[in-house]
Amino acid sequence: MANDTNLPGHDGPSDSLVPVSTADPGTAVERSDALRNPGLPPHRLRVTDTDPKKAKTAERVIVALFYVSLVGSIFAMAAYFAFPIKPNDLGSVRLNNVFVGIGLSFALLAIGVAAIHWSKVLMDDHEGIDIRHPVKGDPKTQARAVEIFRQADRESGFNRRVLIRNGMIAAFAALPFPAIFLFRDLGPSAGTPAEAFSHTMWKAGTRLTKDPTGDPIRASDVTIGSVFHVIPEGLNDTEDVLEEKGKAAVLLMRLEPGDLHVSPEKRTWNYDGIVAYSKICTHVGCPVALYEQETHHLLCPCHQSQFDITREAAVIFGPAVRPLPQLPITVDSEGYLVARSDFHEPVGPSFWERRGDYNV
Amino acid sequence: MTTTSDTYNFDPTAPADSRRSGGITGWASRYVDERTGISYVVREFGRKIFPDHWSFMLGEVALYSFVVILITGTFLTFFFQASMAEVTYDGSYGPLKGLEMSAAMQSTLHISFEIRGGLLIRQVHHWAALLFVASTMLHMLRIFFTGAFRKPRELNWVIGFVLWILAMAEGFTGYSLPDDLLSGNGLRIIAGMVEGIPFIGSWILWLLFGGEFPGTAIVGRLYTLHILLLPAAVLAFIALHLVFVVTHKHTQYAGPGRTNENVIGVPVLPVFAAKAGGFFFVVFGLLMLMGAFFTINPIWVYGPYDPSPVSAGTQPDWYIGFADGALRLMPGWLGGPGGVPMEFVLFNTTYSLNILIPIVVLGLFIVAVMLYPFLEAWVTGDKREHHIADRPRNMPSRTAIGAAGVAFYTVLFFGASSDLIATHFKVSIESMITILQFMLVLGPVLAFFVTKRICLALQKKDRQIVLHGTESGRIVRLPGGEYIEVHEPVDEYERWKLVAFNDYEPLMLRPNAAGRIPVTERARAAISRLFFEDRIEPVTSTELEVARHH
Ligand code: FES
Repeated sequence: MANDTNLPGHDGPSDSLVPVSTADPGTAVERSDALRNPGLPPHRLRVTDTDPKKAKTAERVIVALFYVSLVGSIFAMAAYFAFPIKPNDLGSVRLNNVFVGIGLSFALLAIGVAAIHWSKVLMDDHEGIDIRHPVKGDPKTQARAVEIFRQADRESGFNRRVLIRNGMIAAFAALPFPAIFLFRDLGPSAGTPAEAFSHTMWKAGTRLTKDPTGDPIRASDVTIGSVFHVIPEGLNDTEDVLEEKGKAAVLLMRLEPGDLHVSPEKRTWNYDGIVAYSKICTHVGCPVALYEQETHHLLCPCHQSQFDITREAAVIFGPAVRPLPQLPITVDSEGYLVARSDFHEPVGPSFWERRGDYNV
Repeated sequence: MTTTSDTYNFDPTAPADSRRSGGITGWASRYVDERTGISYVVREFGRKIFPDHWSFMLGEVALYSFVVILITGTFLTFFFQASMAEVTYDGSYGPLKGLEMSAAMQSTLHISFEIRGGLLIRQVHHWAALLFVASTMLHMLRIFFTGAFRKPRELNWVIGFVLWILAMAEGFTGYSLPDDLLSGNGLRIIAGMVEGIPFIGSWILWLLFGGEFPGTAIVGRLYTLHILLLPAAVLAFIALHLVFVVTHKHTQYAGPGRTNENVIGVPVLPVFAAKAGGFFFVVFGLLMLMGAFFTINPIWVYGPYDPSPVSAGTQPDWYIGFADGALRLMPGWLGGPGGVPMEFVLFNTTYSLNILIPIVVLGLFIVAVMLYPFLEAWVTGDKREHHIADRPRNMPSRTAIGAAGVAFYTVLFFGASSDLIATHFKVSIESMITILQFMLVLGPVLAFFVTKRICLALQKKDRQIVLHGTESGRIVRLPGGEYIEVHEPVDEYERWKLVAFNDYEPLMLRPNAAGRIPVTERARAAISRLFFEDRIEPVTSTELEVARHH
């Protein structure tokens, strides 16, 4: 076969950089005085080709490596039993991991290194040559392919019997739609996402409780500068804790009432400087939970949006646009903090159906 | 050297003893061949030639790490439970005892702490996944910078591109399966982005998660994608990719004897098979070492998913970083708070540009990556087949465009760690983001011009070497008392590597048959000028002659 020979394989006009074919070279420059390909340099022998002793050594190394692999496999199996995982003992997990891993690594690496070494130093390394042919079919094949399509058209009347063809196309066009419909029940069949996103568990009178214990919080517990991670009372007993928590989680903190800039319609939403804001970022929904006491800034760890609590959680930096929704709060007769109502707008990230007339 | 057809005789009329030669192997190959015709395949491909170069191994690494992923992944499926049913943890890991978590999380902990070798296989699986995406991308960069995407390989570039997207999808779906705090947060971010899509965003989220986030369906659904649909797609595209590699035959770098019409290298049997097969075991072995010694994704440290805890300084897997960085670098308010809001309500619907712009920009970037081969082919108008891979310097504009793309990606990538970088360099998070925002715009432009200059300079140096030889470091004194450094000429083999490249000139506009110059041609000419106005031509034999006589 041609590729078993050591011919340079660049005879004829083919020593140019791109084939001298009829294809359009575009704006490529073709020079008549371009330098010519000098052809393959003479083959160089390796030491293992010339020195039988070196070849013998190489052979021994390769054999040894294959046996190293075998030992590695046995080692891995032995380690599996020698380093068992003992209940409640994390150290045993680590030992098992490391020793089984070492055994397997050697088993694998040694095979790999042996095979590569073998191919490099002992296997024949004469350059092989394959000749390329244009990727496209030769003109005869192309012509035959065209003829086959023509013949198929003649025999079926695909282009002649237009009604059949169009009917078929119509049938195929309609076929995917039932499949799309079948996906409807991926989501719940009652309600719409917009409705679900717009309400949380909070109702008038729901107590603010600590996350995760669920202990109610007295207004007097909330000292100036302190922060509470808050969930609505009864959250832990609901069916879908995570879904509800993902909307209802709240941060509670107390500021000097004088530090708060409160807009007139939200005058009653704080209680003596205690304010509650949704913890779900208005960017894409991470928990905004880093509170800087001195500046009264909230920072979202996901994309660094920052909200100023003294100015009703307005965005002061980052990719979020809207302020965190505020939960209107007050205290009940026993002095516990309670919600005055649900949030007045959807919490969390924006969505298409989100209206512009909340808060009014 | 012999071929299989020498030792195996097809002729049924041949004497029995010659047909029965070869012992048990001979018998087995005859048995199979008489039922499959496999000898045809061996004849065609057994001595197929593969050129050898370190940069050709990047694609191999990708292939092998995928095989490792399949092997280790299959093991994991025997123990993993893709269920979000709530259970109370009572396994070996003390700090989490008594905590409510999903069965998915619990079974992942079980794999890590109770199954012998489970943690090892899980870590090898994760490391292999990271390597799969990394090597896929490095392989793409190699193809790009050497122009190995040119005709006839444009479609294979697109197939490879699809594999890159699939690799990231595989990574992300797998990352989300343990249902730990980190992956839950990642899903939360995806859900938030999906929600911001106009018209259908909230519905897509509704259908994807089976209701509100996080719901109880997503892990099971991602699992189906992760172990069935996506791997099947990856396998199909890899198969297609390799069929084309065989059809086109591998590219090779310019070198003596190597032409556009031959391939010089080693035959599949035995050398390439031994090398490539050995290399698979090396990749597998190295991944095994990583799994044995380096912890990856310690979900027990993060705990089960809960929408409320803080998670500062957490990072997504690195290949998602560029998307997260895009979200971070998009300002919510252009010109700072009080400026132009990037989200507004119009006719009672919300437009979230702060989400849409990053999505669109990333989409355009990715599409540009996919379409580049077609752009270049259109600009050069070159319809010839190209099988000699370029040295990056010999196509300065393409290399510069690649560098600009890499710069863009890199800035986004670092954007995802802006807080960590800020703390490391002791600057504020705000100034770090602002710096990165500027770099996102300026970086690619700068990278383009600097890279182009460097390429042109290197080409000039190559010309010098061809015409005047290399500096030998030997100083001699001429009879006239003058000192010169002796230049040693390069031999013809080395020289060929330096002169064997294509060059293009800028497109000259000519009116078409109707006597007009269409707009598309004007655009093409403009881009062509940008590409080829500054160019260095390869040394010709005439020039070499002239230089010799000086
Ligand atoms: S989720 Fe809060 S900044 Fe992105």
